[in-house]
Amino acid sequence: MRVVVVDDHHMFRTGVRSELAAAPAAVTVVAEAADVDTAVAAVERERPAVVLLDVHLPGGGGVEVIRRTQTTVPGTRFLALSVSDAAEDVIGTIRGGARGYVTKTISGAELVDAIGRVADGDAVFSPRLAGFVLDAFAGAIQVAEVDSDLDRLSEREREVMRLIARGYAYKEVAKELFISVKTVETHMSSVLRKLQLSSRHELTRWASDRRLL
Amino acid sequence: MTTTAPPTAPPPVPRRAGRDLEHGLVGGVAAGLADHLGLPVLALRIGFVVATVLGGLGAVLYGAYWLFLPAAPLVDRAGAAPGLAGAARDGRRPRGLLGRPAGRTGDAIVVGVLSVGIVLAVEAVVGRGALVWAVALVAGGVALLWRQADEVQRERWVERTERMDPVGMVLGSGGWAAWTRIALGTALLGAGLVLLGFRDGGIGAAREVVLAVLLGIGGLAVVVGPWVARLVRDLGEERTERIRSQERADVAAHLHDSVLQTLALIQKNAADAATVARLARAQERDLRAWLFAEERPGSPGAGRGAAPETLAAAVRAVAAAVEDDHGIEVEVVAVGDAPWSERVQPVVAAVREAVVNAAKHAGTGRVDVYVEVLAGAVDVFVRDRGAGFDPDDLPADRHGVRGSIVDRMVRHGGTARIRSAPGEGTEVRVHLPAPDEQAQQPGQPGHPGQPGRSEQGVGSTDAAGRGVR
Repeated sequence: MRVVVVDDHHMFRTGVRSELAAAPAAVTVVAEAADVDTAVAAVERERPAVVLLDVHLPGGGGVEVIRRTQTTVPGTRFLALSVSDAAEDVIGTIRGGARGYVTKTISGAELVDAIGRVADGDAVFSPRLAGFVLDAFAGAIQVAEVDSDLDRLSEREREVMRLIARGYAYKEVAKELFISVKTVETHMSSVLRKLQLSSRHELTRWASDRRLL
Repeated sequence: MTTTAPPTAPPPVPRRAGRDLEHGLVGGVAAGLADHLGLPVLALRIGFVVATVLGGLGAVLYGAYWLFLPAAPLVDRAGAAPGLAGAARDGRRPRGLLGRPAGRTGDAIVVGVLSVGIVLAVEAVVGRGALVWAVALVAGGVALLWRQADEVQRERWVERTERMDPVGMVLGSGGWAAWTRIALGTALLGAGLVLLGFRDGGIGAAREVVLAVLLGIGGLAVVVGPWVARLVRDLGEERTERIRSQERADVAAHLHDSVLQTLALIQKNAADAATVARLARAQERDLRAWLFAEERPGSPGAGRGAAPETLAAAVRAVAAAVEDDHGIEVEVVAVGDAPWSERVQPVVAAVREAVVNAAKHAGTGRVDVYVEVLAGAVDVFVRDRGAGFDPDDLPADRHGVRGSIVDRMVRHGGTARIRSAPGEGTEVRVHLPAPDEQAQQPGQPGHPGQPGRSEQGVGSTDAAGRGVR
């Protein structure tokens, strides 16, 4: 899998590169970038499978990179990798279009696994992220005005998110709820969809941004 | 080891109204007041418009609020965690991260249509069309210009540079919205004045009125302008300098108290990997809380001794203490929160026992704690992936589980279930219902009720644990 690492700290990029080098069969780092402009250029040039994206980035933050490349490289997935675990950053990045959010204390093996899962089109929810998602839908975190149809989590989705927040792995969730791992992942991606498009207003904008209207 | 401090009432924070510039249509007065009073925004907006019709009180009130209410974001920004505020200042976070709320345009249209309708209605009743329109136009122009100045004021807080150039004061960071607003405002003012002039005579009189007003404004600007500009600049410089030095002092103090001390300890203990890891973890947790957490753990160095203010903070403090004492990693995820009270105290004590048990017996480096407070009921799950045990097989002398967790919760009107199997880790679920869900009086230690309680908990664990979900 081809990966671009975007982070404004050189030391950290080097660290990620060396951690990922431990799994050369799975992941290759094809480019690095330190700010929004170079990141956009690198992503458009390399068209990687996954972009490891810092949330705080000179030039407008990681969300800006997603926003500017979403239409030009539709196949590329974004995995936020940040030291910040503030709810606003986490939810904001997911709403911006990242498929997952992991903090920088993650181990190398876990990171490789997360990259693989994001590349396959699934979402990566850490327990903390699941907690924020539950909070966001419960209204404790201010995200935006809610639209009643789209914004509710179904009973099952809530259950899945609660188990993830309790520290269960995907296959443990599947076992607990007597469903398949594939179903767990379906629930996750519909949570992600609801999180990104929590109102009809935004749904319209989303569609028009992609020239679907 | 941990002192779960006696419950203290949080100090009352005075609620101050402010203008909500993020969600406002004109000056954010209605949005700010709506937030303050807990009323729907649209109702307040319509209220203002209606009050304007009935003798113009609404407009006067709105103007007065606009002038005298402080803008809310100033307060918010001061309260943001330093790491987030710093990243935002450097442009490393997007502005308005969470997007504008939906429904804004709809509201604007409603209020706009209402306003036009009211002008028309007044015209129909009073019959002096020209004057009403003129006054409306002038008022609209002034409001637009004032709003522009307001926007500039708001950008100044975000701005890093301390100098304010006069052009910037009017234009802000430019952009088509600012220009349009200024052009529209000026045009409205001009049109209003011309209309006023027309009332008394022909085009000539109108021109004279406009000229006179312009000359008056120009003269005033020449006389007072430089003085005002200078005053404003000096004030701004002084204020930014003060804020900067305060911030620098704060950061320096915190870094000294925490990071430097820890680095010194790490250098001294460089050979002892376990100690270094423990120190680094404790420091990371502290710095992370200081930089990113919305709920600050109080003064620097707080954590163990300080009184927690909420349930989640108390659980985090417990987790932190166990992390330090036992050298494991405890991840706490909290959804919802409840104020700290006598009632939730047994939950925290039970959680502490469960986490300590996991640290001692599970033989794994990591424990997940999930706190959920929904509709008043408190659920806490403590999970590890360690050795596990057979709950039915629990030796009778294991007081930790039976006494400290299960019985304690039952005594206080809650439940605790332990679910474990050898090799599959352990999960402890602690549940405390909301007071009204409960039959008995809450929070009385040693309450005589609940006979036959010990069959509850441990015995029914595995099946019950599964049944609960």
